[in-house]
Amino acid sequence: MRHVKDYVTPAILIVAIILIWEIVSRVIGMTFILPSPTEVMVKLYDSRNTLFLVHLPATLAIILIGLAFSIFLGVGLAIWMSVSKAAEKAFYPIIISSQTIPIIALAPIFVLWFGYSIWSKVVVTLLITFFPITVNTFDGLRSSSKELKELMLTMGASKKDIFFKLSVPSALPHFYSGLKVAVTLSVIGAAIGEWLGAKAGLGYFSRRMMTQFDGAGVFAPIVLLSAIGIVLFLIVVVLEKISLKWRRTE
Amino acid sequence: MSERSLQFKGVSFHYKESKSEQSVLILNSLDFDVHKGEFISIIGPSGSGKSTIFRLITGLEEPLNGKILINGKEYPNRYGKVGYMPQQDLLMPWRTILDNAALPLELKGIKKQEAHKRVSDLLGEFGLKGVEKKYPGELSGGMRQRVSFLRTVLSGSSVLLLDEPFSALDAITRLSMQEWLLEQWEKWKTTILFITHDVDEALFLSDRVFVFTEAPVQKLVEVHVPLTRPREIRDINSPDVIAVKEQLIEQLRKQVTS
Repeated sequence: MRHVKDYVTPAILIVAIILIWEIVSRVIGMTFILPSPTEVMVKLYDSRNTLFLVHLPATLAIILIGLAFSIFLGVGLAIWMSVSKAAEKAFYPIIISSQTIPIIALAPIFVLWFGYSIWSKVVVTLLITFFPITVNTFDGLRSSSKELKELMLTMGASKKDIFFKLSVPSALPHFYSGLKVAVTLSVIGAAIGEWLGAKAGLGYFSRRMMTQFDGAGVFAPIVLLSAIGIVLFLIVVVLEKISLKWRRTE
Repeated sequence: MSERSLQFKGVSFHYKESKSEQSVLILNSLDFDVHKGEFISIIGPSGSGKSTIFRLITGLEEPLNGKILINGKEYPNRYGKVGYMPQQDLLMPWRTILDNAALPLELKGIKKQEAHKRVSDLLGEFGLKGVEKKYPGELSGGMRQRVSFLRTVLSGSSVLLLDEPFSALDAITRLSMQEWLLEQWEKWKTTILFITHDVDEALFLSDRVFVFTEAPVQKLVEVHVPLTRPREIRDINSPDVIAVKEQLIEQLRKQVTS
């Protein structure tokens, strides 16, 4: 391992924070306000069956479906805006202003529309994740070199050639940047959706524990949520490394 | 030598200015002929419209008036009719050397396998053996220019336009690239138009030198290089050539000062 050094400092920092947390919470001694990390881990272990077999799959389904829709719509919209000036003028301001709407405030409406089904949560996830994907992909599609485009034209390239052989490869690194932001946001989206109305899921579990003043029970699913976020992020990083091998040569 | 690869007949051109109504004429009913298999250098100060000539020939721009004939024919769409090598190598960083060079073949609809085979056959001649799996980011400037030239040659065109291809290279690499280019040109028997602002480079490489004079360009000053082929770099120090060189520099200086 060449990069062991890179990980030493953050590892020390994390251990230190957890230690301080542990000490402070033991001094305060009020579990329902500030549970100690060990209590959270114990809770995680005790409720492992419901957490891992019921709530984790429910949340994961929301995240993955939400992300799939988000990629499909985001990339589609980005392509449309990149080929049509009219589409760009029509959609771009709406996309930007949609980000100023507090999604949390809207979420109850989705519960009204879609009920406690998975779709109310999927919509929240979609709304929160499609922005980074659309904007990054769009910028990426526009980032392709004008000189290369002209060179391809002089070689007799068609519009289709230029799109697939130039615009798409140019956009790919930007798309991955957007996707990295989106996967971390997707966890937040799913959790918000579940907090506001759900019958299962990690967010729902956390909220239920809150009503029971079970501090450790609130934190345990949050640990899992953040683990999902990290794993998804790492998956995207690996995909990026595989498909953008050339970037290491730059 | 009577066949003509390229003809400009009364070509006028100006770029469309988006803001102001008036636009500056760059070419004013310009005529010139390039014979088959000739090596022509185009020389002139920056902004004199050298690159504009290339943009017109490739079809990136359309003339206001006049005709541009390639191999004796006038095409409604000149895209894909000549091989154009830009100033920067413009390789695609995400493609391997093999895939970069195969691009023009791919665009012509040739199957990937066949295209790769044709590239592989030429790699040795272009000094690129063993790097075909690498990415452009891993190669030196000179190597990248060779890939770019290979790609231009693979366009299959009989007319190649090279726009200051060696201007970004250091002096030593540049010299060896010039010698190498002559060697290749003799082998390929193509017509080459070569933009440069280096008088020595123009003299060493070409049969004729076109000097861009007053703007708008109405008439090209044409200079024959008094050298036979094959040439060596020391030949440009012969008295005949030095006389021509002084004449060229005189022409260029006149424009800069006036």
